[in-house]
Amino acid sequence: MSEFEIPPPPKGGAGALLPPDAGRDRPLFIVAAILVFLACIAALGARGAWQQSQRWTEDLQTSLTVQVRPVEGGSASEDAQRAADIAAAMDGVANATARDRAHAERLIAPWLGTENIPDDLPLPLIVEIRLEPGIEAPLDALREAFDEAGINASVDDHSRWADAVRGAATRSQTLALALLALLAGAAAAVVAFASRASLAARVDVIDALHLCGAEDRYIAILFQRRFFMLGLKSGAVGAIIAVIVSLLVGTGSQAADASFFLPSWENNPFEFLLLAIAPLLAGATAALSARLAVITDLGRRW
Amino acid sequence: METSIDPSFSNTSYETSAPVIRFDNVGMRYDQGPEVLRDLSFDLPRGSFQFLTGPSGAGKTSLLRLIYLAARPSSGRISFFGRDTATLSREELPHLRRRIGVVFQEFRLLNHLSVFDNAALPLRVAGKKRSDYAEDVAELLAWVGLGDKMKANPATLSGGEQQRVAIARAVVAQPEILIADEPTGNVDSEMAMRLLRLFVELNKLGTTIIFATHDLQLVRLLDAPVMSLAEGHVHIRAPRSQRQAEYQRAEDEAAAGHREAFEDIGRPPLDSPDGAERDE
Repeated sequence: MSEFEIPPPPKGGAGALLPPDAGRDRPLFIVAAILVFLACIAALGARGAWQQSQRWTEDLQTSLTVQVRPVEGGSASEDAQRAADIAAAMDGVANATARDRAHAERLIAPWLGTENIPDDLPLPLIVEIRLEPGIEAPLDALREAFDEAGINASVDDHSRWADAVRGAATRSQTLALALLALLAGAAAAVVAFASRASLAARVDVIDALHLCGAEDRYIAILFQRRFFMLGLKSGAVGAIIAVIVSLLVGTGSQAADASFFLPSWENNPFEFLLLAIAPLLAGATAALSARLAVITDLGRRW
Repeated sequence: METSIDPSFSNTSYETSAPVIRFDNVGMRYDQGPEVLRDLSFDLPRGSFQFLTGPSGAGKTSLLRLIYLAARPSSGRISFFGRDTATLSREELPHLRRRIGVVFQEFRLLNHLSVFDNAALPLRVAGKKRSDYAEDVAELLAWVGLGDKMKANPATLSGGEQQRVAIARAVVAQPEILIADEPTGNVDSEMAMRLLRLFVELNKLGTTIIFATHDLQLVRLLDAPVMSLAEGHVHIRAPRSQRQAEYQRAEDEAAAGHREAFEDIGRPPLDSPDGAERDE
């Protein structure tokens, strides 16, 4: 038994074999946090775009718009009401509402203004039909019924608009995913650069470890652990800032179309999963990148 | 300088026919520069104690770098324990390095670790548990006079103390080869003697020692071969006892020759009757 007190093991386990590098690591921490923040915003934006497009296409798919044109000698308002009654009686139709002339005037107001519309101008009236969920629109049956009743009406199932919305949502999602991939690549490149710089700055430590018989793998693990922790911490900071920004965006009032590309926080599992996974992914990317960089560099040393 | 070291320490029990280190026509240059070492060929037997001397710029550091596997030769072949280093894979290198301890002139201690953790580094990187080596490391540090400084940061120690930490780190894993570059350069004569005794003791236990030094007084204390480097070439001088024995043998042979010659002068021809009588 030694008469002297044996010191306790250093804090930080094997990681303590690398000297603390706080000053050098700070810029990398900030860059990694910004990248993770942008990646989270991109992911939340992609999710927001997908959800919005889902809502819009669902709206479009579960509703029909009937345009009732006035016929000579007839009343457009009566025809619209009859059309609504006919539609409401059909299977799969949840409700049908006939809109009045004032509604039609509001629709054309942007082009003709409110004061310049003569009272006797024949305006088509709108009947809004809402279908029960999962029901295929009975387009042919409606057209046939309107013809039989002598109503001059056209039925629009919004398929043209739904395709456009779906296309826009797919493109915005692809864009967001490409952005995510770019950010992950940038993060990996930044960490590889930083770990090489760290390796070069600590060549004395590496030499001492090598000459004491340390394997490349052993040294790589030291760097890997350090950069995993750095990625984890900066990832957590970036993800938390992204959450705060999403919450702030959600509290502001904006038009529905403006929110299409903006991140939104909706308290559902996706948000919490993203919050948990983003730091882990950042840590894993940093660790893998550091490992590959260190192994490659050490391989050139003998 | 007073010494209590037995100059006839030389260990022979580990000597085998295979040298631990063999240099065959080894040359070394840095990048496209001139050759700093030229055509070196020598064997270091197992368990030998070898001094390495030479003026600054003679290539001592380059030779030591080759021996502790920090550099590759530009030409020729180096073998360790019968294995050509040119055939070593990168994965095999750490295992060979663990059989070699190095004391650097500039110490190369890790200043963010304690004295204890610096000394224990070779055991730690070899995957040994702290509880298995803690006592041994503490005893070794106590032996080199650093028992009360195990928790200290090496940067706060004197040059001599740092040198002793470096020596403790080099010997802690009981390497088969120990390379020491000016290990007594920063210590007083008393500590130099103590450290030299440590090297001698390790040598008696079978460790092959290469001891680079400028201190010729230290070299004279031991009856060990001296490898001298000058302008990239090496010259190995045999141990004093061997040189004296050879000198004595040569002198004896010469004396015997002279005696014979003198005797021949006064001796009659062998075929004369007088001579035949005298022989009888």
